[in-house]
Amino acid sequence: MDLKQIKDYIYWLYFQYLLVTCIYVLEPWERSVFHTITITVVAMVVYTAYVFVPIHVRLAFGFFSQVFGSQTENTL
Amino acid sequence: MKRSAEKVGWQPRANGCSLPAHGCDRKNGYVRGFPGPESHSQIHHIAHNGGLYKRPFNETFEETPMLVAVLTYVGYGVLTLFGYLRDFLRQWKIEKCHNATERDEQKDFVPLYQDFENFYTRNLYMRIRDSWNRPICSVPGAKVDMLERVSHDYNWTFKYTGNIIKDVINMGSYNYLGFAENTDACKKAVAEVLSQYGCGVCSTRQEMGNLDKHEELESLVARFLGVESVLAYGMGFATNSMNIPALVGKGCLILSDELNHASLVLGARLSGATIRIFKHNNMQSLEKLLKDAIVYGQPRTHRPWKKILIIVEGIYSMEGSIVRLPEVIALKKKYKSYLYMDEAHSIGALGPSGRGVVEYFGLNPEDVDIMMGTFSKSFGAAGGYVGGKKELIDYLRVYSHSTVYATSFSPPVLQQIIASMKCIMGEDGTTFGKFRIQQLAENTRYFRRQLKKMGFIIYGNEDSPVVPLMLYMPAKIGAFGREMLKRHVGVVVVGFPATPIIESRARICLSASHSREILDTALKKIDEVGNLLLLKYSRHRVLPLLDRPFDETTYEETDD
Ligand SMILES: Cc1ncc(COP(=O)(O)O)c(C=O)c1O
Repeated sequence: MDLKQIKDYIYWLYFQYLLVTCIYVLEPWERSVFHTITITVVAMVVYTAYVFVPIHVRLAFGFFSQVFGSQTENTL
Repeated sequence: MKRSAEKVGWQPRANGCSLPAHGCDRKNGYVRGFPGPESHSQIHHIAHNGGLYKRPFNETFEETPMLVAVLTYVGYGVLTLFGYLRDFLRQWKIEKCHNATERDEQKDFVPLYQDFENFYTRNLYMRIRDSWNRPICSVPGAKVDMLERVSHDYNWTFKYTGNIIKDVINMGSYNYLGFAENTDACKKAVAEVLSQYGCGVCSTRQEMGNLDKHEELESLVARFLGVESVLAYGMGFATNSMNIPALVGKGCLILSDELNHASLVLGARLSGATIRIFKHNNMQSLEKLLKDAIVYGQPRTHRPWKKILIIVEGIYSMEGSIVRLPEVIALKKKYKSYLYMDEAHSIGALGPSGRGVVEYFGLNPEDVDIMMGTFSKSFGAAGGYVGGKKELIDYLRVYSHSTVYATSFSPPVLQQIIASMKCIMGEDGTTFGKFRIQQLAENTRYFRRQLKKMGFIIYGNEDSPVVPLMLYMPAKIGAFGREMLKRHVGVVVVGFPATPIIESRARICLSASHSREILDTALKKIDEVGNLLLLKYSRHRVLPLLDRPFDETTYEETDD
């Protein structure tokens, strides 16, 4: 029962996505092109975030701790 | 940015307002960049000019929510990109090209199919074309039967399956008083006339085509409208487009509302007169144009204009707004110009006894110089009329193209108008006419109130039987039409070029033939689809445009 509701909700969300981006009116092959592009972009963003964000966070952390807490010597 | 459609030379269309840039800031001089101090408070508009109005005039245009506007543009962006992709594929013959293209011999000439409108038709309209032109196969009364149709090549061609979709609730016909029917007294009268006169007339009014029925109709309409004389034609569109050129010409000035119907726009252009456009229903804009016209006269020579003709409509069929007639008449008198009013949608549908806007506001019909209207809406027939002073009509009888060159009215159509008009006037000895008018007014108020309560954005005057329900996003135009038809409700959806590009809408027309039960069913379905498509955009923030003091910053003049 609950599972069905969740499924319905996800389908509804997907439908809204179709409508807002207008791919609702596109032909199936155009839809797949659009989906492929979106998925690729999203995947790349996620992957980039996964690879680079930790490094940047660590650098930023190091930088700010140097700026604000110069007494506590940081040994990275 | 905001030059008039006339000036830019786009095709005549329902509203004379077509540039995409007009979209968000077009009405009544309201420009998004300059919101008044009160633009975010909720203002329910009641006319300031209290003295002129005998009844409250509640007309609202809710602001387009920002997010919706942005998403709408995103949608058009995606569609445009795919449009270019498809055009590219067609050009390189990778996919089959269905649309019209230039022949080889024409390759070096000016391209015919490369402007924006062709691109739009080919790549955007084609995808949702199934929501328009559906053939129906019954009387367009409260319910209609439709032919089922499918497309196997994404709307380039259609096939009829042979099935009939029965009993679709009809929310699209201009059948305001419910005279489009095949059961009542009108039908009997029409059948009698048909057996007496036959169907065709085969001559024009000036030759052998002037029947006694024509004379009867004209005197009846004159009595109905309260004018001296009336001239009736077989087609409403031609009434406008052929009579305006007979009335004004070179050296005259036409002041036309920006949302006027295509027939008025065409007539104005054919006349050769100078055309200036005022903001929709905005009296400050009209007054400024009138003042300028009087002060400066004609361009270059500065001679006074020969005639100044103000052209307005009774009910605007895309906005559901009612013309501010008391103010227009006051201005017209003040500046001694003429007034041409097209009552196509309002005749029969407004006023306690169906006599249109003039009666609705309790004014004198003599104050409107030229009363035009059509029989194709409330009366369930076809044709148009022009009413006014006797000299004017006698002049038109001789000079108007549509009397001289057009074959006259078919007698059964005439009889339908006579019978329905008599019914409205109560001259058939029944009170059906009165009842229908009341029913329509009730339906209108009820339906509009319910839709507002559900949270849809509804435009226009609360008394107008034309109810535009805003959809905005291009995919939702198609989705709304399809989903409603799936639920057996037929609605008309409208998009560019009949509306500004972001303000796509569904236009619902109420009718006296809708019972409360039918309306409730339709409302339930609209509610359902509204939830499914997330159409309940309303934040109850009303644009305070009509009462905003009119200042120069919000106004850009149209030059001639
Ligand atoms: C304002 C206005 N004028 C004229 C016409 C044309 O009338 P007809 O359909 O009778 O030719 C219409 C029709 O839609 C209209 O809306």
